[in-house]
Amino acid sequence: MTKLNLKRTVAMARKEFIQIRRDSRSLLIAVLLPLIQILMLGYGARLDANHIPVYVLDQDGSQDSQNLLKAFQASPYFDVIKVVDTYKDLGDAIDADRCKLGLVIPWNFSQNLHNAAQTKVQALLDGTDNNSAQLAVGYAQAVITTFSTNITVNWLSRYGLSQLASSPLSVDYRTWFNEELESKNFIIPGTVALVMALMGALLSSLTIAREWERGTMEQLIATPVTALEIMIGKLAPYLAIGLADATLCAIFAVAWFRVPFRGGIGTFFFITTLFLIVILGIGYMISVATKNQLAAGQYALLVTLLPTSMLSGFAFPIDQMPRAIRAITYLIYSRYYVSALKRIFLAGNGLRDLRTEVIALSVYALVVGYFATSAFRKTL
Amino acid sequence: MFSRIWHIVIKEFIELRRDRHARFWLIIPPIVQMLVFGYAATFEINQVQIALIDFDHTLESRDLLAHFTDSGRFTTVKVLRNEGELKSLIGRSAVPMAAKIEPGFAENLRKGNEAHLQVILDGTNSNTALISVGYVNQIAATYANQYARDRLERLMPSAALAPTVGMEQRPWYNPDLNSQWFFVPGVIGSITLILVVNLTSFAIVREREVGTLEQMMVSPIRPVELILGKTVPFFLVGLADVILVATVGSLWFQVPFRGNPLVLLAGTALFLLSSLGVGLLISTLCSTQQQAFASGFFFINPAFILSGFAFPITSMPKVLQWITRLDPLRYYLVILRGTFLKGVGVGVLWPQMVSLAVLTAVLLVISVSRFRKSID
Repeated sequence: MTKLNLKRTVAMARKEFIQIRRDSRSLLIAVLLPLIQILMLGYGARLDANHIPVYVLDQDGSQDSQNLLKAFQASPYFDVIKVVDTYKDLGDAIDADRCKLGLVIPWNFSQNLHNAAQTKVQALLDGTDNNSAQLAVGYAQAVITTFSTNITVNWLSRYGLSQLASSPLSVDYRTWFNEELESKNFIIPGTVALVMALMGALLSSLTIAREWERGTMEQLIATPVTALEIMIGKLAPYLAIGLADATLCAIFAVAWFRVPFRGGIGTFFFITTLFLIVILGIGYMISVATKNQLAAGQYALLVTLLPTSMLSGFAFPIDQMPRAIRAITYLIYSRYYVSALKRIFLAGNGLRDLRTEVIALSVYALVVGYFATSAFRKTL
Repeated sequence: MFSRIWHIVIKEFIELRRDRHARFWLIIPPIVQMLVFGYAATFEINQVQIALIDFDHTLESRDLLAHFTDSGRFTTVKVLRNEGELKSLIGRSAVPMAAKIEPGFAENLRKGNEAHLQVILDGTNSNTALISVGYVNQIAATYANQYARDRLERLMPSAALAPTVGMEQRPWYNPDLNSQWFFVPGVIGSITLILVVNLTSFAIVREREVGTLEQMMVSPIRPVELILGKTVPFFLVGLADVILVATVGSLWFQVPFRGNPLVLLAGTALFLLSSLGVGLLISTLCSTQQQAFASGFFFINPAFILSGFAFPITSMPKVLQWITRLDPLRYYLVILRGTFLKGVGVGVLWPQMVSLAVLTAVLLVISVSRFRKSID
C-alpha cells in the first residue's frame, strides 16, 4: 500500500504549479482556450434555421401566386432572394448552394383556386443538410397551411359559411426549461463539458510523459516521494485550473449568452469536480502508459474529446442513436456530466434529481482513481 | 536537390514506420471516428417518446391520440392518469413530450367550437423539440382537416369542394433526408484536417525540441528542401487517409459518389496543402510539443465548428459568417458534398477551388517564410 504524506504531496503540487506558472504559454492556453471555445460554440453552433434562402419559379404570375410569395417574404424563416424564369435556373441555384429551397408555383395555380380545386406547389429542397431541410419543410408547410386556410375561409364566406372554416382543433404548446426553443440554451451548457474534457486531456496527459521524455522522471524516482503522492501532487494544480475554467465558462454562459442558470452553484461545482477527477485520472493513465507526449496527446483526444462531443448528448440526441451505440453511451462518463449540466442550467435540478448522474460519475472516479494509482510503478 | 529531398522523405517514412503508436493512430482512429460519427452524428428524429393523458375519455379524444401512435413518429411510453405524474415525468426529463386532452374536448368539437390539444414539451434539446413540434402540427392538421371536411360534407356537400393549397416536397440529392449522407463526407474532411495539422506541427517541433533540427541545419540541405522533404510524406499520408476513410465511409454507410473523382482529388490536394501550411505555421510558433498540441486546438476547433460540418453557416451571426471564409475546411466540405451527393463538377465548384487555392497560397507563403527565419 502506497503511503500518503501530506508534506511531500504539497511539495509535488507546488513544483507542478511553479512549472505551469513559469510556462506563460500554458497559462494563456488555460484561459484563452475555454473563452474561444465557448465563444465559437455559443455563436457558431446554432441549429436554428432562419433566413433560409429561397428562389421562386412563378409559372403562374397571378395575383394569387404573388400573395403566396408575400406570405413567404413575411416569414422570418425565409428570405425570398430571387424570382427566376426557368426550371433550369432554379436547379442551378440549388446545385450551386445559392438557395436551400426552390419554390415552384405551377401555371394553373390561380386557375385551380378559382375552380375550387386542390392545388399544390412544389418545394425543391437541398437535402444535403438533412436537418436544415427538415426544419425548412416544417416552416414552409406552416406558411402554406396558413395561406390555404385563408383561401378556404374567403371562399366559404362567399357562401356565408365562414364560421365553419375555422379549424376545429388547435394545439397549445407549453414548453418547459427552454421556453423559446433556442439552440444556444441547448448547446452552451454542454460546452462546459467540452472545455473540461479538452483541458483535462490536454494538460494531464502530457505531465508524466513530459517527465519521461526529458529524463526528469528518473530524478523523481530517486526521491522518497511515492506513486500516489506523485499522482495527487501532479493533478491537484490541474484540478484547480479546471475548476477555474468551469467558473469562467459558467459566468460567460450566463452573463454573455444569457443562458438561464436555475440550479444550485454547489450542485454545479460538486458534479464538475467529480467529472474533473475522472478526466484528469484518464489523462494521467494515458500519460503513464505511453511515456510519449505525441502519442499521449492523440490517445487523450480519442478517449476524451471525441466521445464528449459525439456520444454525450452534447448536440446529437442519444435516444435517436442505434441501439448498439446507445449501449456504448452508458459507458461514456461525459454523458452523465452533459446531462447533469443541462439539467442544472435549464431545469434547475438539484443533487437528488441528479442521483443517477452523481452515482455514475462517482463509480467512474473510483475506478479511474484505482487504476491510475496502480498503473504507475516507481521503477525504471 | 531532389536526392536531398528524397533522403529526408525516406527518413520521415522510416521514423513513422518505427513509431508503433503512429502506425496505430494513422489507421485506427480515423476508421473508428468514421464509424462513430456515422452512427452517432444524427439530428434525425425518428421516434419521439411521448406520454399521453386523456381526461375526456371519448371516441374523439381516443381517435386523436391514436393518430399519434399510428403516425409511426411517436412511441407511447406511458398513459398517465393525473397532472402530478405528468409534471414529475417532464421535470425529471424522463419523457420529452406529453399530449393532454382536457374534459369537454369532444363536446367542443361537436358544437363547432375550437377544441384544444395541449402539448407539454421539454425544450432542453431545442432541435429535437422543434422537429417534434413539426410532427405534432402535421398530425393535428391531418386530424383537423379530416374533421372539418366531414363536417362540411354533412352540412353542405357542395362546400366540401373549398379550394386548398398543399405542398409537395422534393428533397434533391438526399431524397430520404438521411443524415449519414450529410455527415460522412464531412467526417472525411474533419479527420484529414486534424491528422495533417497535428502530424506536421508535431514532427517539426519534436525535432526542434530534441535538437535534431540543428543537426540537419549543419548538413548541406537548404531550408526549402528541408520543408519539402518534411511535408511531402505528410501530404502522402494525408492522401492515403482520405482514400481510406472515404472508402470505408462510403461503402459502409452506402453514401453515393456521383461526381468526378478527379475533381475531388484536385480539391483534396489543395486542402492537404493548406493543412500542411497550418501545421508548418504552428510549428514555427511553438518550441515544445505540448504547445504545438494546444495551438493545434486554437486552429482545429474553430475550423471545425465554423466549417458547416454540423451547424449551418447561414444561421451564424454575420461576423462569424465572414470568419468562415478563412476556414479551408469550409471550402473542402462544399467540394466533398458537391462531388459525393450533388455530382457537380468544376463548373459549380470553381469558387471554392479558387478560394481554397488563394488561402493555401497565402498560408504556405507565410508559414514557409516564417519557418525559414525560425531555422536561420
